[in-house]
Amino acid sequence: MKFWQALKEAIASIAANKTRSFLTVLGIVIGVGAVIGVLSIGQGAEASIMGQIESIGTNVIYVFRGNRTEDVTNPKYLTTADADALANRARAPHILNIASVLSGQSSVRFGDESAQTSIMGVTGNYAEVIDLKLSEGSFFTESHITNRSSVVVLGPELAERLTGRQTELIGTTVHINNYPFRVVGVAAAKGGNQFSSPDMDAYIPITAMQLRVKRQNVPNAVDFLLIQAQNSNSIDEAMREGRTILRASHRLTSRQPDDFTMTNQEDILSIANSITNILTIFLAGIAAISLLVGGIGIMNIMLVSVTERTREIGLRKALGARKFDIQLQFLTESAMLSVFGGLIGIGLGWLLGIIVGAVAANSGTPLVPEISLNSVLLATLFSLAVGIFFGWYPALRAANLEPVEALRYE
Amino acid sequence: MELTPQAVKPVIDVHNLTKDYYIGEIVVRALRGIDLQIFPGEMVAIMGPSGSGKSTLMNMIGCLDSPTAGDYYLDSLRVSDLHDDELAIVRNQKIGFVFQKYNLLPRIDAIENVALPLRYSEDTSNMRQRAEEALKSVGLGDRMRHKPNELSGGQQQRVAIARALVNQPAILLADEPTGNLDSQSGKEVMELLIKLNQQQNTTIVLVTHDPTVALHAQRTIQLFDGLIKAPEAIA
Repeated sequence: MKFWQALKEAIASIAANKTRSFLTVLGIVIGVGAVIGVLSIGQGAEASIMGQIESIGTNVIYVFRGNRTEDVTNPKYLTTADADALANRARAPHILNIASVLSGQSSVRFGDESAQTSIMGVTGNYAEVIDLKLSEGSFFTESHITNRSSVVVLGPELAERLTGRQTELIGTTVHINNYPFRVVGVAAAKGGNQFSSPDMDAYIPITAMQLRVKRQNVPNAVDFLLIQAQNSNSIDEAMREGRTILRASHRLTSRQPDDFTMTNQEDILSIANSITNILTIFLAGIAAISLLVGGIGIMNIMLVSVTERTREIGLRKALGARKFDIQLQFLTESAMLSVFGGLIGIGLGWLLGIIVGAVAANSGTPLVPEISLNSVLLATLFSLAVGIFFGWYPALRAANLEPVEALRYE
Repeated sequence: MELTPQAVKPVIDVHNLTKDYYIGEIVVRALRGIDLQIFPGEMVAIMGPSGSGKSTLMNMIGCLDSPTAGDYYLDSLRVSDLHDDELAIVRNQKIGFVFQKYNLLPRIDAIENVALPLRYSEDTSNMRQRAEEALKSVGLGDRMRHKPNELSGGQQQRVAIARALVNQPAILLADEPTGNLDSQSGKEVMELLIKLNQQQNTTIVLVTHDPTVALHAQRTIQLFDGLIKAPEAIA
């Protein structure tokens, strides 16, 4: 029998038992749907995280207090003095800029409206380091820092929330922690991400932060430092220079481990990447188990079908069907069933991705599920393989029926 | 054999054919040495009581089963020791089956049922046209698109006969072809078989235990306990 005839017969046979065929492939539908859904959401999440990490700014090295891999007793706080030490062109030629950050939660009030949000106490070059653009006004300067000026740059979303607008806000006053601050600028929208929503932040001079919002026990302590390397090729050198300077500034002996941690964008990118990958593979693996269950379902129904059609098989053999013809017929049928299920499953997974994307967008996290051609091809081929694998035994059983016995079967 | 000139080669030539079945340790000797020749254009009835081996002989002649010993030449081809797949090709090309229970596939219409053997043959050209011609030859030109459950028993059996003829086989094997039919339909089916035999010279082998059916055959072979009992010609 020619292959296209087997295909035609398989379709006719599947169509003749629509309800049963659908129920048979439900396992495959759910399995493929889950795998495709998870993969598309995973890819969307990855793209979203990557995009946002990259949007923070390029060539940036983060310095945190403490060491994550080795035990350090009493790690010293990072301070503005450390930042000053790092800003030494002679000792650190590959470092372009240093920004210090002291952040905390506080209320921001404008008239009757108020919001609880992150206040970032930063140095004047923060905007430059992190590539923060302003939609109006300008970022505060060194003299604002020195004078502990009560000035603020509002994130666009925060501005909208408090005042109902994002423009013509220069010179207005908002209250942070009940101290009046004069608005000098409004940041351009950056978009939120999984870790923070910078559009809701307010930026004030780090000195004003220390004075008005977050009083510190350790003078001049900061939460973290941002080191901007000269360019993306000099990140490693900048890290090495920064490390030497900080170790000296913290008076660490050569046997003591670092009491600070430096990570760059690339590290964060690869960590985030591997986390999303592991999660995606893990979830897709769990989803794939239902493909196995679906395959067993197909095998079960194909065995029933072979028994039901014993006489038909006997007749076909009497009319000249060879073993191969019978095997081809049943294999084609199980493969078609499984592929049908896979195609419906791809649709289901796509739908799942859209729903999750919509929910994510509603909760302020932009996540665009991506269905790659690869995952569609993979799902189709995989369901084809499932159909052939689980259809093999029933088809073989059909092919090996003795024509005399089969014709006699009631 | 006086009806057939000796110069003509037999289409079915069976020598000392035996078939043993093993049921556990018990050997059932279904056929115990059959010698049989059937010539082109003959219509032969095989009769015998239940258990006489007529179904077994039918399966051997139809190449559905292989003999334990003996030779079987079908259309001058030695088929007694062919493999399964080779037998399938022989069944497809040389033999047309008509069953007691018609054995039509219920899902597909008459024309597709008739075309079924063509799907398994080498030559798959003009399948529809050839199936249509076969259906017309059994007088069902106006029922081609009907499914089996839309046809009467007699019509279904005629579709089955068309299916048996579509590959222009050397012999037509009919196993109790009227067994499931009322007397009127049975008579029509027999008339059709006789007409095929007389007008188109189709070789027909009938298995039956109905003596009135056997009366239509030129020759009746009586089987008893796996052996042929005194073949007699009925003119």
